[in-house]
Amino acid sequence: MITALTMLLSCQLAGELIARLFGLPVPGPVLGMLLLFALLLARPRSEALVRDTTATLLRYLSLLFVPAGVGLIRHFGRIRAELAAITVAIVISTAATIAVSALVFAAVARALEKRTR
Amino acid sequence: MIARIWVYLSASPLLWLTATLAAYEAGAWIFGRLGRRPLLNPVLIAVGMLIAVLAATGTPYETYFDGAQFVHFLLGPATVALAVPLFDNRAHVRAALLPMLAALCAGSLTAIACAVGVAWLLGVRGETLASMAPKSVTAPIAMAISEQIGGLPSLTAAFVIATGICGAVIATPLLNLLRLRDYRARGFAAGLAAHGLGTARAFEVHEMAGTFAGIALALNGLATSLLVPALARLMR
Repeated sequence: MITALTMLLSCQLAGELIARLFGLPVPGPVLGMLLLFALLLARPRSEALVRDTTATLLRYLSLLFVPAGVGLIRHFGRIRAELAAITVAIVISTAATIAVSALVFAAVARALEKRTR
Repeated sequence: MIARIWVYLSASPLLWLTATLAAYEAGAWIFGRLGRRPLLNPVLIAVGMLIAVLAATGTPYETYFDGAQFVHFLLGPATVALAVPLFDNRAHVRAALLPMLAALCAGSLTAIACAVGVAWLLGVRGETLASMAPKSVTAPIAMAISEQIGGLPSLTAAFVIATGICGAVIATPLLNLLRLRDYRARGFAAGLAAHGLGTARAFEVHEMAGTFAGIALALNGLATSLLVPALARLMR
């Protein structure tokens, strides 16, 4: 587990450093994900070192958003007057985005399958 | 006596760290007990309970976060960890490049246009409206975009979280309604619209869905950080 955490944190740290050095608009952890992916491609055997720890982290991924979610409490005051409008906009746009992306993905995938057949 | 104990506990990281884990456990228990209905999302329940407790005890968010930051910190390594399912499923990913690109363009534009458009129609203006534009992408990217176009980064972070919870709650019933069975499409849509929370939800459903959600999260972060500033310039 310590080996895995060291690898994950090293990738994240390297990602943060690269993002800052080159002024990239990408967050450090996302670059860290790409670095770990590159590492796994280069040395597929290193996957065994991280597999168990990453599986555990991803199983409880939703827990990790709870502290940020509680942060909503700080904004109720500022947006009280617009709360209803904002809630409606968030629900409608989220639903529309899920529907559009899933339908487009499925339609293109189906068209491709038909062509290759 | 009780007051003195409370003074100690309420200021120590131990109490709020424990409360965060306990609230999530309670949320997961309720979710499981009442038939895994999407509306009873464990994150939604935990956040609701913790906000109620903080409000009732008059505890400032900063005090709460001193304890909860240990959980929050793990978001970074967990994002890096998404590389492993991506690696495991790389053959499926390579085979779906075209559907992903098409869904990315359509979904990213829908997210921005729909959020800003509906909010504008309902009378939202100014900083608050600008803060809405990047709300479908992961918080650090969304906050940077918000600042760039004259929004409030911390308000954007709140919209990002609200969007994530909303997406995690509605994704499964909505996609069932659309009769989509392709886990790649389902996961990609959840990650694109609802970033990490959508991805977490997708992993709970199916590993393939989670993998595609993780890719969508990263791709939409890039697409939105290019699109929103460009659209903002056009609007002016």
